[in-house]
Amino acid sequence: MPDAAAPAPSANGEVPLVEVVDLAKHFDVSKPFLNRLLEAEQRQVLRAVDGVSFTIPRGKTFSLVGESGCGKSTVARCVVGLYRPTQGAVLFDGTDIAGLRTRAQIRPFRKRLQMIFQDPYASLNPRWRVSNIISEPIRAHGLASSQQEVQSRIDDLLTHVRLTPADGEKYPHEFSGGQRQRISIARALASNPEFLVCDEPTSALDVSVQAQILNLMKDLQRELGLTYLFISHNLAVVYHVSDWVGVMYLGRLVEWGEKRRLFRYPRHPYTRMLLDTIPDLDMSGRDRQPVAGEVPNPINPPSGCAFHPRCPHANARCTEELPRALPVEGGGQVACHAVEEGRLAVEDRGTITPPPIEDALRAGA
Amino acid sequence: MSDALLSVQNLRIEFPTRRGTLVAVDDVSFSISPGEVLGVVGESGAGKSLTGNAIIGLLEPPGRVAGGAITLEGRRIDNLSYDRMRRIRGREIGAIFQDPLTSLNPLYTVGRQLVETILTHTDMTPTQARDRSIELLQEVGIPAAERRIDSYPHQFSGGMRQRVVIALALCANPRLIIADEPTTALDVSIQAQILALLRRLCRDHGTAVMLITHDMGVIAETANRVAVMYAGRLVEIGAVRSVIKQPKHPYTVGLMGAIPAIGSDVDRLSQIEGSMPRLTAIPPGCAFNPRCPHAFERCRSERPDLIASDESGVACWLFDEDASDVPMEVAGHA
Amino acid sequence: MATIDSSAGKSVSDTQAVPAAVSRSRFTDSLYRFLDSDVMYSFRRSPVTVIAFVVTVLFFVAAFAAPWLAPHNTFDVRTLDLMDARLPPAWVEGDNAYTTGRAEFLLGTDDQGRDVLSSIMFGMRVSLTVGFASVLVAMVVGVSLGLVSGYVGGRVDSLIMRVADIQLTFPAILIALLIDGLARTVLPPGVHDELALYVLILAIAASVWVNFARTVRGSTLVEKNKEYVQAARVIGIHPVMIMLRHVLPNVTGPVLVIATITLAIAILTEATLSFLGVGVPPTQPSLGTLIRVGNNYLFSGEWWMAIFPGVALVILVLAVNLLGDWLRDALNPKLR
Repeated sequence: MPDAAAPAPSANGEVPLVEVVDLAKHFDVSKPFLNRLLEAEQRQVLRAVDGVSFTIPRGKTFSLVGESGCGKSTVARCVVGLYRPTQGAVLFDGTDIAGLRTRAQIRPFRKRLQMIFQDPYASLNPRWRVSNIISEPIRAHGLASSQQEVQSRIDDLLTHVRLTPADGEKYPHEFSGGQRQRISIARALASNPEFLVCDEPTSALDVSVQAQILNLMKDLQRELGLTYLFISHNLAVVYHVSDWVGVMYLGRLVEWGEKRRLFRYPRHPYTRMLLDTIPDLDMSGRDRQPVAGEVPNPINPPSGCAFHPRCPHANARCTEELPRALPVEGGGQVACHAVEEGRLAVEDRGTITPPPIEDALRAGA
Repeated sequence: MSDALLSVQNLRIEFPTRRGTLVAVDDVSFSISPGEVLGVVGESGAGKSLTGNAIIGLLEPPGRVAGGAITLEGRRIDNLSYDRMRRIRGREIGAIFQDPLTSLNPLYTVGRQLVETILTHTDMTPTQARDRSIELLQEVGIPAAERRIDSYPHQFSGGMRQRVVIALALCANPRLIIADEPTTALDVSIQAQILALLRRLCRDHGTAVMLITHDMGVIAETANRVAVMYAGRLVEIGAVRSVIKQPKHPYTVGLMGAIPAIGSDVDRLSQIEGSMPRLTAIPPGCAFNPRCPHAFERCRSERPDLIASDESGVACWLFDEDASDVPMEVAGHA
Repeated sequence: MATIDSSAGKSVSDTQAVPAAVSRSRFTDSLYRFLDSDVMYSFRRSPVTVIAFVVTVLFFVAAFAAPWLAPHNTFDVRTLDLMDARLPPAWVEGDNAYTTGRAEFLLGTDDQGRDVLSSIMFGMRVSLTVGFASVLVAMVVGVSLGLVSGYVGGRVDSLIMRVADIQLTFPAILIALLIDGLARTVLPPGVHDELALYVLILAIAASVWVNFARTVRGSTLVEKNKEYVQAARVIGIHPVMIMLRHVLPNVTGPVLVIATITLAIAILTEATLSFLGVGVPPTQPSLGTLIRVGNNYLFSGEWWMAIFPGVALVILVLAVNLLGDWLRDALNPKLR
C-alpha cells in the first residue's frame, strides 16, 4: 500500500541505494508460557516498527528522528540485518537483503553496509587492541592479501579518522569517548562500505566532540561518496547532517521529506510539536506552544492515529482510522487525516529556516 | 555579595588516588541570589556535578572538599557533620537528580515518601502532611493527585516521576534547589514541560536554583545567569543572554560554535580541536591553552584568575586590561 | 566506489591525553600493564591474600615436587620397616623407643611405618591432580554450554538450563557416588581400579559444571547485547567465532573466580569420597584416604595419622578459597 504512493526522491530516474518498503518488526514480549497459563494472560506483542517506507538516494543522508520508543533504532537494526523484519523489505541496490536467508547470500552485502553505534564505551571490544578491532572486517572479508597490506590499511584508516598509526597499538580504554567513536568509524570504513547506518553516533558525546565527529562524518561522506541512515533524537543535529528527514512516532513514520522543506513547512502535528521543543539559543523570546502529554506505552498504543490523544486537531476519524501516507510535493509523505482533509493548513516557519525552495515548487502545491 | 543566598568561595575538591591527588574542582567561586536560576554548564568531567554534590554534602568518597568555603545565608555549611548536613539537605536545600528512579524508593508509595519527608522537616501532623503532599503533586502538574498519591514510583512514566522528585524536593519549601541534569534522561517534549515547571516554581516561590547541565539549550531556556566550567575551573560567568550571544572566553566561543542550529546551513560546524584533558594531565597555565586558537606564551605558564565584577567574569588573559601595567600580577579580585 | 588513502587525512593532536609507549615490545608492554593493573594493586594491598597465595604456592610445590622433596618415598616398599610403625611426631617424648618421636619422621609414621609428612605430600599430589583435572573438565563443558546457551538462546537455552536445573537438585556427593557406583557395576574390578581416577574426575566434574554454565550464560547474555558484539555481527563474523573471540575473553573474569572456588570444592569432594572409600584406588592414596586410614587409629591415641592430613586439607582449601574471594572482589568494579 505505501509503495504505491512512494515517489522516488530523485527525479532523474536513478535507483535509490536503499529502499525500505512497508517494514515492520514485532517483538513477543509475553511472559513465559507457564506464567501466562497460570495468570490467564494473553500473548503480548510490541509493534516496535509497524509499516515504515522510505527511500535513501545515493550519497545522501536520511535521518530518522523521534522520541524514545518510537522505533527508530529498530528500523536501523532491521536495515543493517541485526533484526529480521516481521514483514516488509529492505532493498539495497535493488536486492531485498531482509529476505536473504543463508550466510552465503548475505555475505556480499555485509561489507557494503556497516554500522556506527551510540555508546563509544560499549562498541569496542575492551580486550582487543585497536589495530585488531579495525582489521577485523578486512580479515573477515579477505580484503588484504598480506600482513603488510593489512597493516598499511589500518594505518590509512586511522589517519583518515584523524588518529595516528601509533594509536593502533593501544587498547580502547586509553581513549576518550570522541576518539573511540573515531575508532568505531574506522572499523566501519574498513570494508569500503557504500552505506553507513549511524545509530545516535553523537548522543553520548559532549558538544565540542560531537562537532568533531559530525564534521568528520560529513568529510568522509564527501570524500568517499557514502550514503548515511542517521538515527537521532536531536533535531538540530538532524538538521545539520541530513538531506532527508523522517519523523517517527510509536513505530510509524508520520512524515518524511526534504530537510529544509520539512523544517520550514512541517505538516504533521507531531512534527510541529517536536519543532516547538527545540530550545531557543537565539534568545529571541520566541513564544513556544506548550507541549502536552507523553508518549504512550508502545505495547498498548492508542487506536487509529497513535498521536490522537496528544493532537490538538484530532477528531472522531483520527481515533478510529489509521491515516494513509500521502505524498507531498518535492518528495516525501505525510500520514495525517487533518492534513488530508485540509483541516490543517501548511504552516510556514520562515523565521526558523531561510527560504529553502524555489517558488515554482511551492506554486505546484 | 552580602545578599547572596549561596556563596561558594575558592572551592577545591580533591580525589586522592594511588597515583597522586587529582584536583577535580579547582578554585571555583560563584554566588546565587534568592529567586535566581544559575546555570552551570560544562562537558563531562568539567567538575560541575561535583560542585553541586559538594554543596549538598554528598561528595562520594574518596572525594573531599580540600579548600574554600560554601556559605548558605551567611552560614558555613561545608564543614558541618553528616547529621547536621542531613537536616539542611531537604529543609533548606532540595536536590533533583538526572535519574528519577534513584531518588525514589521503589518499595514505598510516592505519598508515603512525601509525607515522611514533610514530617521530618516540619511540625505538621500526618493529616496535614498528606494534604500538603496532594497539594504539592497538584502543583507539579500531576493529574488526579488524590488518586495518584497512593501509587508506586514504577506506576508513573519518566516525566511524571521527575515531577514527583521535584515535589519531593519542594516538601520543606527550601530556599535553594540543586538540579543536576534534571531533564537529560527525558524526551524532548517532556524536557520542555519540566523546564517550564522549574521556571514557574522559581518565580512563584522565590526559590533559587542551581541548574547543572551539559546542554546550552536548557540553560538558554531556563537560567538567568550561567557559569561555564572547564577541567574543574570556572572559565566564564555572566548573564545568560550575554554569555550566549557574546561569549568571551575562547572555550565558550568554541562551545557555542559547535552547537548545530536549525536554519543555519553551514557545512562544517566550528570545532574545538582535541578533547578535555584528563585530571591526571591538566596542562600548566590556562587549562584550555593546548586547544585555544589564541593562546600565547603567558597562557602556557600562568593561570588566569576569573577577572570578575559582580555581574560577569572571564578567566582569560586576552581580557586582562591591566596586562601592560602588571604583567606578572594577577588582575581582578584576590 | 572511492577508497581511502592516507594523503587525505590530517592528523590532529587529539591523542596527547595518553602518553604513547610505542617503543616497548608487545610482551613487555603487556607485562608492564599487568604489574601496574588494579588487580595487582589490590593484591599487594591485601596481606591476607598475599599469605594465602604464598601458602597455596608452597603447597603446590610440596605436592608436585614430592618425589624430589619428600624425605621418604612412601611407595618404595623396600624402605619401609614395620619397626618404624606408629611413631609419634618428632617432638613427642614417650616412655620407650616406640612412643618417642624420631627426627627423621617429623610428623610421625603410620601403621605401615610410612612417614606421615611424605604421605601428605604425595597424597596432596593426588588430591590436587584430581581437583585440577575435574575443574578443567567442568570448566570446558560448563563454559561451552554456557556460551552456547546464552548466545543462541531459545530452545537450546531452555534445554541446557533445564538439564542444569535437574543437576542442581542432586547433591554433588550423590552424583559422584552414583557415577562411581555405576562404573563399579559396569566395569570389571581390575579395569575399574585402573580407571578409578578418571571416573572420580568425571564424577566431580559432572557435579560442578553447572556453576560454570550458569555464570557464563549470565555474562554472555549481558555481553551479547553490547554493541561490540553487534558490530561483529554486522561485519559478518561467524557466530562461533563471535562466541570464541569476542564473548569468551570478556567472560573470563567470573570464570576464573568460579574456577578457584570450585577447585576448593573439588578437593573437598574428592577427600569426602576417598574418606567414604569410593574415591581414589588404595594404590594412590589422597588426603582423604590418609584421613580415613588415620581415623581408625584416632581413638587408640595415634592422632597424628588423621590430624596432620586433615590440617593440610583445611589449610589448602582455606587458602584457595581466600584467593577466590579476593579475585571476586578484585574483578568486581563495584566493590573496588
